[in-house]
Amino acid sequence: MLMALLKRDLLLAFRSRGDLLNPLMFFMMVASLFPLAVSPDPQLLGLIAAGVIWVGALLATLLSLDLMFKSDYEDGSLEQMLLMPQPAMLMVLVKVLVHWLVAGLPLAFIAPLLGLMLGLPNGGFMPLVLSLLLATPILSLLGAIGAGLTVGLRKGGMLMPLLILPLYIPVLIFASSSVQAGVQGNDYLGHMAFLGAYLALTLVVAPVAAAAALRISLAR
Amino acid sequence: MWTRLKRLYHKMGSPKWFYEITTRWSKWFMAVGSILMLTGVVWGLAFAPADYLQGNSFRIIYIHVPASLLSQSAYIIMAVAGLVGLVWKMKMSFVVGKVIAPIGASLAILSLLTGAIWGKPTWGTWWVWDARLTSMLILLFLYFGVIAIYNAIENDEMANKAAAVLSIVGSINIPVIKYSVEWWNTLHQPATITLTKKPTMAPEMFIPLMLTILGFYCWFAVWVFARTRNEILFKERKTNWVKKLLLSEHKKTTGAQL
Amino acid sequence: MFFDDFSSFLYMGGHAQYVWLSYGLATVIVAINFISPVLTRKKIIKDIERQLRREQK
Repeated sequence: MLMALLKRDLLLAFRSRGDLLNPLMFFMMVASLFPLAVSPDPQLLGLIAAGVIWVGALLATLLSLDLMFKSDYEDGSLEQMLLMPQPAMLMVLVKVLVHWLVAGLPLAFIAPLLGLMLGLPNGGFMPLVLSLLLATPILSLLGAIGAGLTVGLRKGGMLMPLLILPLYIPVLIFASSSVQAGVQGNDYLGHMAFLGAYLALTLVVAPVAAAAALRISLAR
Repeated sequence: MWTRLKRLYHKMGSPKWFYEITTRWSKWFMAVGSILMLTGVVWGLAFAPADYLQGNSFRIIYIHVPASLLSQSAYIIMAVAGLVGLVWKMKMSFVVGKVIAPIGASLAILSLLTGAIWGKPTWGTWWVWDARLTSMLILLFLYFGVIAIYNAIENDEMANKAAAVLSIVGSINIPVIKYSVEWWNTLHQPATITLTKKPTMAPEMFIPLMLTILGFYCWFAVWVFARTRNEILFKERKTNWVKKLLLSEHKKTTGAQL
Repeated sequence: MFFDDFSSFLYMGGHAQYVWLSYGLATVIVAINFISPVLTRKKIIKDIERQLRREQK
């Protein structure tokens, strides 16, 4: 049944072009805001490129989290999914996987382009892509908790980022500093190790918490 | 032993018992806390010697450290209260958790403000992205999240549970956040004087710190009890014991019938 | 006393603004934490009493 859910969600996601493209377009636009707001000087931009790209990725992910549960909530299928014999946290994992494939992974592929636009020095590209690949699943997992807590609320819009952003901060710190390390020619394996460890922790905690959150939200 | 524990468990779930016992305890915590705070503050401000490097501005420590410690402990207590409420379905536990959020947030704000003010003579600027200040800022954001949930969800039961889940997840992440921020800070700031440098603190400087820390904790209990009693009064307003309580209090204060 | 006289106590060796601002803020926040529940309690009691009076009629 979980495979069926996975196939169904993937199909739905790829059918909706807006869901696929919006996060990407947003990502590009946000990154472009910085040269406009700060300065187009390539030296300066190169310094902040890693951080700007990562903050952009965070914001793009936050905005795309609606995808995860909202439409299933609205037509009642989310309730049905909670009634499946499989544990709810596996259902959550399926939804997280779909969200990551659709909204998180593409960011990793577009990031090098943004790096070029922002004058990211050469050493930064590899850790940029690696950190995005490793950390976007974390963003989707933690996002599931926030999405689960706010799925039933009408005014949930600004609440969800408020809830999850503090949890994203360790990711931001290690991911963007891994890029800085790469730029300076230093080793970034340790940063990736941290991200891997945080991913492991989140894989264990987030599905349980998100499932609990969904049950709370749907209990009315 | 088990029957006594079971009885305690049932009592703790009773709002009336909670109300009565916290009313009694409050007086003690208030008295002890006030003595501790008064002694600690007077000692720390007027009698402790000035710091060799920082001069008299170090006296801010007697406010800053208790506020920081307390806002961090308060978050953990709030998370534990949420866990107890979720697992043992004890409504009073949820109430305690709900009530702690604004108190903890105000202490985090106090910690941040005093930290910044202390930073000015020590480092030359009002705000520094020092590891401790940054972690405290993120803790404040975690508090904001919990407060936001209570504001956004009207249904009490759902708000309690959602806030409990969030505070539990938040507390699991606190060590991760602290580690990340400290690590990040060592990248960007070579070892500077940290705000709570305690390696060589003479006892005349250290003891008043212990006093103000304990004093703050006692006052924290008073604040939590006061707010919890308010929640109980409101929730139980239709019960007889509340009506009787208010009637007798009204008679005591105004000497008249309702 | 660490300080020679009251005015040097207030002066705090030049750090007066920092020390007194911090202690002032602490006083404000502590006061809010004490007073806020007292005000809320009065409001709750007033509301309940009003309700009781209505029921008695």
